[in-house]
Amino acid sequence: MRFLLDDEQRAFARSLDGMLTAADTTAAARAWAAGEHAAGFAVRRRLGAAGVFALAAPEAYEGVGPLPVETAVAFVELGRHAAPGPLVETVAAVALLSRLAELGVPEPAKRSLPGLVGGETSATLTLTGSGPYALDADVAAVLLAAGDAEVRLAPGHADVRTSLDPARRLARLLPGGEVVASGDTADTAAGWALDWAALATAAQCLGVGYALLDRTVAYVKGRTQFGVPVGSFQAVKHRLADVLVGLEFARPLVFGAAVSLRDGDRSAARVDLAAAKVASGEAAYGAARAALQLHGALGYTAEYDLSLWLLKARALRGAWGGVGRWRERVVTGG
Amino acid sequence: MDLEFSAAETEFRRRARAWLAAHVPPRPLPSLETEEGFAAHRAWEGELAADRWSVVSWPEEYGGRGAGIVEWLVFEEEYHAAGAPGRVSQNGISLLAPTLFDFGTPEQRARVLPPMARGEVVWAQAWSEPEAGSDLASLRSTARRVSGGWLLNGQKTWSSRAAFADRAFGLFRSDPDADRPHRGLTYLMFPLDAAGVTVRPIGRIDGKPAFAELFLDDVFVPDEDVIGEPGQGWRIAMATTGAERGLTLRSPGRFLATADRLVRAWHAHADPSDTALRDRVADAVIGARAYQLFAWANASRFEAGEPIGAESSLNKVFWSEYDIGVHETALDLLGVEGELGGAEGAVAGQPWPDGQGQATRPVPLSPTSPTDWTEGYVFALAGPIYAGTNEIQRDIIAERLLGLPKGRR
Repeated sequence: MRFLLDDEQRAFARSLDGMLTAADTTAAARAWAAGEHAAGFAVRRRLGAAGVFALAAPEAYEGVGPLPVETAVAFVELGRHAAPGPLVETVAAVALLSRLAELGVPEPAKRSLPGLVGGETSATLTLTGSGPYALDADVAAVLLAAGDAEVRLAPGHADVRTSLDPARRLARLLPGGEVVASGDTADTAAGWALDWAALATAAQCLGVGYALLDRTVAYVKGRTQFGVPVGSFQAVKHRLADVLVGLEFARPLVFGAAVSLRDGDRSAARVDLAAAKVASGEAAYGAARAALQLHGALGYTAEYDLSLWLLKARALRGAWGGVGRWRERVVTGG
Repeated sequence: MDLEFSAAETEFRRRARAWLAAHVPPRPLPSLETEEGFAAHRAWEGELAADRWSVVSWPEEYGGRGAGIVEWLVFEEEYHAAGAPGRVSQNGISLLAPTLFDFGTPEQRARVLPPMARGEVVWAQAWSEPEAGSDLASLRSTARRVSGGWLLNGQKTWSSRAAFADRAFGLFRSDPDADRPHRGLTYLMFPLDAAGVTVRPIGRIDGKPAFAELFLDDVFVPDEDVIGEPGQGWRIAMATTGAERGLTLRSPGRFLATADRLVRAWHAHADPSDTALRDRVADAVIGARAYQLFAWANASRFEAGEPIGAESSLNKVFWSEYDIGVHETALDLLGVEGELGGAEGAVAGQPWPDGQGQATRPVPLSPTSPTDWTEGYVFALAGPIYAGTNEIQRDIIAERLLGLPKGRR
């Protein structure tokens, strides 16, 4: 029993944090929202070089994994920096394709994994039951539609629609295209991809929540009204204390789910992942509400960076199916 | 990072489970908050102690097993999963004992701890006063130096189960001239049947005499019952209250068992189309798991030698609000049966009389009996108030964990 990140995992988090800071990731997120992808692609390539996309794939298929705990570590940092693009989706696609390969369908993995794992390309996907939209389909090299006993490579996407979060754009995938797997094989791989998507999103939510909390704490320490920092008022302190409670109790759920996923207890992992998805989504959203309120009108402006996380917290809460779906999973195990 | 138990821990779990299966009373004991229930729970402490299960984390010389924190968490999981009785000695075990381990003398430990472990001496806390609640440092009860000891005077209140307990511990102002309120306080132990002590039971919200007022009139306490140095009581007590808020007061096992009971009640009684209720049941399961994993993380940090400080305030806010929420969900699930539960023990027209009630709780009909939920709900309502109100905890979180400036309370 040692339910703590080890030194190597902490160092991995620090190095990603340093890299994402140096890459001015928040500026990349703003550019991405404006339709300029170059800076976001550069971040993705750096993430590939740091091995982030290799974590979901086994060694036999270009990867170093599967390493869900390290994946969670990485996505906390990606959330913290508001990194743009189909990053969760790429990890889920890597998981899906490598699982298909293990189940005897290696061709799609051989074709796509080198580019995805290296960060040269990205993927996006839809999973049955998780909504009809794929994130950032216009920039993804691989478009996967999985579920209902089928995995297919979609031939393209419909109109790209703006999201509540300007840095996220959603599109339906077109019907048709090459069916690369079917039956139980397809369902197993799709279920595996959903697990990784839930884990990465839950971790990303945590990072978003901590970013909102950290920025708000800094703001209320510096903002003075009535001659004192507003952070000295109990109404402000207690609201932020509740945000920290939410995040600190969501975090062990996220890493507990990662451990369950790694250790291969599928039924435990499904419940733990669902719990993590719900709790971290709620915690991040609670952080967003508090952050906006405590920043006042400044937080409500597009110009101020806080908006990057405020709206992402809302969007991620509903990603991969609404919160009701994940809560149902917690009590039914299904 | 792992969640795996060692062979020794697994064996410890197996032994605890086997003992509990053989010893836990088949029918729940009467309410801990009544005289009859208190006596039954005291006897249960003796049964636990006879086989060294009452204080597993203590050293063997005081009746424990020298168990580490992981084993303690394992024991608690098994204890609550087995539906074992509430712990009448909890205030002594979780508040006084850690203080004695850190600040007591070997003589005090040898004298006080073994009878505590056996339930022979049950301890009550004597912190709050009518004018000193959250602002505990403003307390006014005094300890005046006399030959060979101290004389206590004043009034304490909200002393849990003091109507039935044997002894009490608390803070007293020994130096009225100290320059700041939290200086000049002394930590003392005293018998509740000593000359000059008057105990007046207070009926809690449902009338059961769950706590009491203590009136102290020249109560003599010998020097041997002072813990630590006179005047150092605040520092010593704060070390204790940290333990109270942290892991030791509410183990994850308790809430895992409660959530499990709720899920069973939901399967047995709920309308499956009521997804709003299902979502709340899910939140109860999520919260119990979160609390368990948070505890494992803290236990791992503790074992790695990292200090656990103000984080205990996160714990206290979480469990106290969780406890109310899970019981609210259960009562909503049970509908009117949830309302009836608490009334089963009292005869209509003869409610619990002013804190002195002797009526006992009947045996619940099933593990999901409304009676248990109603009793649990009333108990849970106090959680955000005692052991440092949640307002004080949020101040601590904001100031010590988030670094926000101090301000007026």
